[in-house]
Order: sequence, then C-alpha cells, then structure tokens
Amino acid sequence: MDKVVITTPLTDDVVQKLRIGQQVLINGRIFTGRDAAHKRLVELLANGKPLPVDFTGQIIYYVGPTPAKPGQVIGAAGPTTAGRMDAYTPQLLEQGLKGMIGKGKRSPEVIEAIKKHKAVYFAAIGGAAALISKKIKSAKVIAYPELGPEAIYELEVEDFPAIVVNDAFGGDLYQEGTKIYAVE
Amino acid sequence: MGDDVLEALAKSLEQEVSSGGREILKLLMENARISREENIPMCQDTGFTVVFLELGQDVHLEGGDINEAINEGVRKGYRQGYLRKSIVGHPLKRVNTGDNTPCVIHTRVVPGENLKITVAPKGGGSENMSALKMLKPADGVEGVKKFVIDTVKAAGPNPCPPLVIGVGIGGTMEKAALMAKEALLREVGTKNPQQDLAELELQLLNEINKLGIGPQGLGGRVTALAVHIKTFAAHIASLPVAVNINCHAARHKSIIL
Repeated sequence: MDKVVITTPLTDDVVQKLRIGQQVLINGRIFTGRDAAHKRLVELLANGKPLPVDFTGQIIYYVGPTPAKPGQVIGAAGPTTAGRMDAYTPQLLEQGLKGMIGKGKRSPEVIEAIKKHKAVYFAAIGGAAALISKKIKSAKVIAYPELGPEAIYELEVEDFPAIVVNDAFGGDLYQEGTKIYAVE
Repeated sequence: MGDDVLEALAKSLEQEVSSGGREILKLLMENARISREENIPMCQDTGFTVVFLELGQDVHLEGGDINEAINEGVRKGYRQGYLRKSIVGHPLKRVNTGDNTPCVIHTRVVPGENLKITVAPKGGGSENMSALKMLKPADGVEGVKKFVIDTVKAAGPNPCPPLVIGVGIGGTMEKAALMAKEALLREVGTKNPQQDLAELELQLLNEINKLGIGPQGLGGRVTALAVHIKTFAAHIASLPVAVNINCHAARHKSIIL
C-alpha cells in the first residue's frame, strides 16, 4: 500500500483524509509525553494554569527513550502502551491535540473523543526502537527534565513510519484486523 | 535479541498470511540487525532487571552483601550501557530512582560449587498484560487452556506481539508466578523435555495463533512464537495458573562463576 506523507501541525482536512490501515510517514515537529508528564499536564488544566506546550494541531508520541550515547540524537525510541494515557487523553484533545502515536488499544471514551475532535491515533511498531530512532533528527527536552525518560521532548522527525489505528470516523484497526484473520 | 528469537521470527514469516503482518516481522528483524550493528537497545524499555541466582551449596561468599553487589552491577550496567532507568522507588509515590535499581533477585541454593547468574530484563508493557488465576481442580487442562488463551486475547496488541508466553501451573500462588517467569528463560525453539507438556505447548500455540491478533495486533496469524510451560505439585484444593507474557524481545543472559 502507498504510504501517505503527512507534516505537522495537522489540519482537520489532513486528518479527515486518513482511514484505518493507512500507512503514513510523519514529518516535522512532534512532542513526547507518557504517564508522568500526562498526569502533570492534566493537573495544570485542573488548576486553570497554562500548559508548557501549545498542542493545537500537534502530535504526542508516547515514548520514554533510552539516553543518547555521545554523538547520538536520541537513544532507542519505540512506542509505549497508549492505554495508560487514556484517562488524560480526552482533556488534551479538548486543547487541540490532533494526533497520538503509541501502541495498543484505546478505551471507548478515547475512541469517541478522537471522533468528536477529528483527531487520529497512530500505532508505531512496538519493539522497533532502534529502527525508529533513525527517523528522529533532533531532540530537546522542553518540559519536566526532572522526569528523566518521562520528560517532554520536542522531536524533529523525518518519514517516521506509523499506521492509522483509530481514525476521525470511529474506526478501529485492532478490531477490524483481528476479525479478518481470526480462525473459528 | 537472542539468536533463538531471530530464528523464530524468520520461520514465522512463512506462517504469516497477512502482508502487513509479514512486513512488520521483517521490520522487527531489521530492527534487531540495526540494534546489533550499532549497539542501540532493540527496545527503549530496557526493563525491570530480574536476576536469577543459583548459588552452589559449596560456594562460600565472603564479606559484603551479594544482593547489594548485584544492585551495584545493575547500576553500572544501566549507566555505562546507556539503558533506560525505568524504576520508581515506591509504587504509589512514583519517583524514579535514577539508576534502575532495585532489581528483583530470585535466589535458589543448588548442589555444586558454581554461582550461576541469569539476568532477564523484563519490559513493562508485556508484564502488565500478564495474569494469574486460582482455578478449581475440576477446571482441569481445559480450564488452564481457556485461561491462557483468554489472557492473550485480552492483551491483544498491547504487549507487542509476536509473543513468547511463559505458563506456570501448580504450586502456590507465588510459585506459579515464578515458574511462569522461569519458563521464559528457555530458548525459543527448544522442546519441553516432558512429552505431555510439549504437546500442551503446541496445542496452546496453535489456538493462540488462531485468534487473529497477529504481529503488533494489526491482524494476522503470528500472535505468539512460543508457549513454555512449567509445572509443580499442587494442593489437593488448588490449581493455580500464571501466565507471564513477554514480547518478542525475550532477553536473557547467563554466566557461571
């Protein structure tokens, strides 16, 4: 299948052209965030405080990379399980977040919020962390350095490979894909 | 990634009917190649360090604290190897210890004069999908099979299939869990020396690969590369079953001192 090249920030128009199963190559700036960072972001929102990043049109990549060796941009950087962020995701989608990259199932509430806010959830290949690290051209910590691997990084990515799992129309590739190949 | 898993991945290509699934299996092998050639961890989750210590009963350790020495080894290894520090010091307060300690140490005293150390870093994503259930003896082998298959089905894409699955049957609650973890140390592609268990492993593998989950859960026939079973005596009232799910990383290394 042809891969679609997309560049951040994402617009409604771009997101609405994506369907489950579509392979994409993501380019531009994306942000990292996982458990601890999400907890802090949502606490800021609860207290009416501004977020350290404007997520409008942006993508969050659920990853906690290994430390970069001297001369490397970043260490191994594959996706972590997205479901752990489910409790926080609808609030970030409210803030204009358009895309998420991770691996594993999302909750029905998140799938509904993705549809409502015309967003998209991509899966990257879990465990292909060395391969993915080659697609990351720069990395800098922009918030919560004290969280170590859980800090928020800004990454520049080039042809970062991912596949659409939950599209803006409520589709779910995990359900559909498993149905096709299940043997009764 | 060990040669055993790499071989199993290569073999699984023939079995995978989904073209997307085959592409993922190839990318996982490509990832393993880059990881080896460029010395980059194959997965960013470099794990909770689980150490199996087999202490020969004729060995005498002098001075210091063997457990502290092992933790110091973890500290050095994770720092010098640029591995991720993934441990929080308290499960509810959740502050990263910064050096991946403490590790989990399972010590067994065995006959002999050797000290065998096995290090098996375990990823959190697959560990989270593991499960344990105290079945009724009347549930029997069918109950065991159902529980294993239900656990893999519920895990779906989350533990990064294709999987290596460790199953512990019998013993007490903690014995079953420990056996499930120990079962993951067996090389993929080796046959269980007990014929009945070897057959059960094959049956389970076939059933699991009919679920349709496939590589990365995106649909396909290769959901697991292997099922490994260990058993122990059980109480007349109990049939514990533990399922420890591992991703295709299945990392472990042993040394005998």
